Amino acid sequence: MATTTTNPTLSTFEEALADLGVELTRTTVDDFAATLDDIVRDPAVGVALPFDVEYPDSVTVDPTPAALERAETGVTPASFGVANYGSVLLPSTADGAEPVSLYPKLHVPVLRASDVLPDLPEALDRFGDAARDEDLSAIVATGPSATADMGKLVLGAHGPEAVHVVMLDE
Amino acid sequence: MSKGKGDKAAEIRRLMATEGPAIEKNTKGFNRKRQEAVADLENYEELRTRVREIKEDAIDRLPELLEQLRTAVEENGGNLYIADDADDANRYIRDVAADHDAESVVKSKSMTTEELEVNDALAEDGVDVVETDLGEWVVQVAGETPSHLIAPAIHRSQESIAQLFKEHFDPEDPPETADELTTFAREKLGERIRDADIGMTGANFITADSGTMAIVTSEGNARKCAVTPDTHIAVSGVEKVIPSTDDLSPFLELLARSGTGQDLTAYVSMLTPPVDSPTLDFDDDETPLSERDSDREFHLVLIDNGRMAMREDDQLRETLYCIRCGQCANSCANFQHVGGHAFGGETYSGGIGTGWEAGIEGLDTAAEFNDFCTGCSRCVNGCPTKIDIPWINTVVRDRINRGKEPEGYDFLVEGLTPDEEPGGLDLDKRLFGNFETLAKLGSATAPVSNWIADTGPARWALERVAGVDARRDLPEFQRETLVDWFEKRVSTVSDPTREVVLYPDVYTNHVQVERGKAAVRVLEALGVSVRVPPMRSSGRAPLSQGMVATAEEHAHDVYGSLAEHLDAGRDVVVIEPSDLAMFDREYERFLPDASVERLQENSYEIMEYVYGLLENGADADTLRAGDGHDVAYHAHCQQRTLGLEAHTVAVLEDLGYDVLTSDVECCGMAGSFGYKDTYYELSMDVGDDLAEQFSTTEARDRTVVASGTSCLEQLDALLARPATHPVELIAP
Ligand code: SF4
Repeated sequence: MATTTTNPTLSTFEEALADLGVELTRTTVDDFAATLDDIVRDPAVGVALPFDVEYPDSVTVDPTPAALERAETGVTPASFGVANYGSVLLPSTADGAEPVSLYPKLHVPVLRASDVLPDLPEALDRFGDAARDEDLSAIVATGPSATADMGKLVLGAHGPEAVHVVMLDE
Repeated sequence: MSKGKGDKAAEIRRLMATEGPAIEKNTKGFNRKRQEAVADLENYEELRTRVREIKEDAIDRLPELLEQLRTAVEENGGNLYIADDADDANRYIRDVAADHDAESVVKSKSMTTEELEVNDALAEDGVDVVETDLGEWVVQVAGETPSHLIAPAIHRSQESIAQLFKEHFDPEDPPETADELTTFAREKLGERIRDADIGMTGANFITADSGTMAIVTSEGNARKCAVTPDTHIAVSGVEKVIPSTDDLSPFLELLARSGTGQDLTAYVSMLTPPVDSPTLDFDDDETPLSERDSDREFHLVLIDNGRMAMREDDQLRETLYCIRCGQCANSCANFQHVGGHAFGGETYSGGIGTGWEAGIEGLDTAAEFNDFCTGCSRCVNGCPTKIDIPWINTVVRDRINRGKEPEGYDFLVEGLTPDEEPGGLDLDKRLFGNFETLAKLGSATAPVSNWIADTGPARWALERVAGVDARRDLPEFQRETLVDWFEKRVSTVSDPTREVVLYPDVYTNHVQVERGKAAVRVLEALGVSVRVPPMRSSGRAPLSQGMVATAEEHAHDVYGSLAEHLDAGRDVVVIEPSDLAMFDREYERFLPDASVERLQENSYEIMEYVYGLLENGADADTLRAGDGHDVAYHAHCQQRTLGLEAHTVAVLEDLGYDVLTSDVECCGMAGSFGYKDTYYELSMDVGDDLAEQFSTTEARDRTVVASGTSCLEQLDALLARPATHPVELIAP
């Protein structure tokens, strides 16, 4: 799975994700559907992606709330990656990116390699403009949901227990 | 008065036994991870400076920012309500619930709603409120209160949670492991969230420019509470408002690191409500999410509840800079052993808890736990917004002292208490606060004073009247003080490289005279001319009792006696670390800037000074060499806060000693704290960690050295072998 890269921001991102126990798969626009098909656990739901890609049949795009509740995997777009922390910025959208990224056990954020930014200030800088102009809401998600309240670290407290990032090389 | 104190000692004993072990394990874990996490951060100090600036500016401009925020929230389609106090906030929240005929509310962890006791207020209307943060839920199920700012159930072990669930829910297959417990909670809470009418959250930061709230959780429950029900109420204190989204990142980078040692908490929700997410009805299997409506209602309730008055209060204002990271609790030795159920008030706990409770609930509540802060200052360097937490505790202690009515025993100590304080001050505080007077008397009448002090009746009286624990050895006053000894001797230095005033602190002068003599010999051996003029005590003792006016008077006197020496180009060398810390930190509050700067620039801790002399070419051969001698070294808390531990270690290693250092937060004695009967057992419990470190196979045969007087006394109580000051080790 490990992809080597010469881009320092991307390699920082890869390392940070590995430290968090988050899997990363790099793919291209053409291979996207097949790659995603291998990653998702059934049943899978997704929201429309603002990239020029096709979803595989295994993913129900724009699900009903009941389908969302049944889903094991949720696929959503990520606006940015934050390289040093391995975070992804998930915009909340009217077609339900927030709940789709939150309810299923596996979350698959999809982002463009060119949208991986070096650090948090830069990501928040871009977020800030959108928050002021368009009331954007977003989540900076770093690794899976976790709790240490029950005596030791457990993944998947209220949110996903696993995250698998798909990065599109263009 | 003993009755109340006896009860308190019993309560502390109970908590040390029941909650102590889990709290110690968890807080120390957080603290260790924090130290690693900040060590990794190149621009840590820069970030601290930045967040401090933003907070100072935000609190300064708060009324203006609140107006800007109101515009932003209303333009977004939400409502902002600024509540005067808890009743006002609860009334508003109850009205919102009533408007929606709400029967159930799901809530994500928020200390502010604990402050309001909103759950009880809603329960009066028959509205059921469920906590969704797993730790907070445990506390709710158990009918307890949170014991930590960020980890509410930190006092409970996995076994006790399993037991609680078993008793409370009587499940067929009781969950036991952490995984099973989490799954159990997730399922139970998942149902509640699904069916709730209203979601309630706190907010860690709110930006005035866009009306965005940043909510930090690792579990994801705040996200679920905010977007699953169609009505969201966020509750927070007015002090959480910062100017703009651009200011968010330094706070976010420091918050989790300072608290738990994580880089970032798993989820930082940045909600600019009402959010666009579609409302969720999980029974709907017809309408795709994109076609469901997103008619959402949002209420932001900010509470004043004393904060605006804190803003006007020159001493308490800093409390408003607190971002509730919990670091000051995690790094506090006393907190590590008793937790927030002892070291806490109605809502807030830990180091900064006193400031919050004093501002929000009042001095009576703050008085219940203010004494747990010993002023050791270990929390100071870790506070992300650079709050001088011990100072806030001192100020509050002073105000508590001043609020007190005189009690019956005052006549007994009148002659002993030439201080600036009001009549009602507790006798123990008065006694320890006037330690200088006591020491003078003790030395003048030694050894008789020591014999008398050690007799049964005297110890009984001391304990009964002034709360000095009879189990504690008292300092042994020396008949000949350091100053007296020095006056009688002739200097051995003919051609001095430097001139030094050795500050005769009250302990060195009256009790630890030998370390004073050793310091003189070391300095002279290194070619320095020494003076030891009589001088007042630094004011540390009264300050630690909250006697600020008395401490200030000492500061003026001490600077007055040192000024001429400073003018003459002499360096000031201090043996007792807590006194140097006084010059370095607290004197800033008492003296003009120029004076304090001169003093700070020219005063040194003894081993720091020796280090400097050796670095500048002084001959180390004149000192006693270590020849591989094994020592175990415990630096003083305040010395470590000032970054002075390394000098002692370097000098000892240079001289050929093999040094092992302790890394516990505190030895437990912390000046007068360990003498007091209420706290004696806690102080020994804290001290056990140090005793343990110095009793390992690696350490148990080593000579024990410590820098502070109270550390030395505590080590004497903890270990069978004697402890000594490092300067005594190296003195020729
Ligand atoms: S006072 Fe500082 S260290 Fe303590 S909780 Fe507040 S921000 Fe954290």
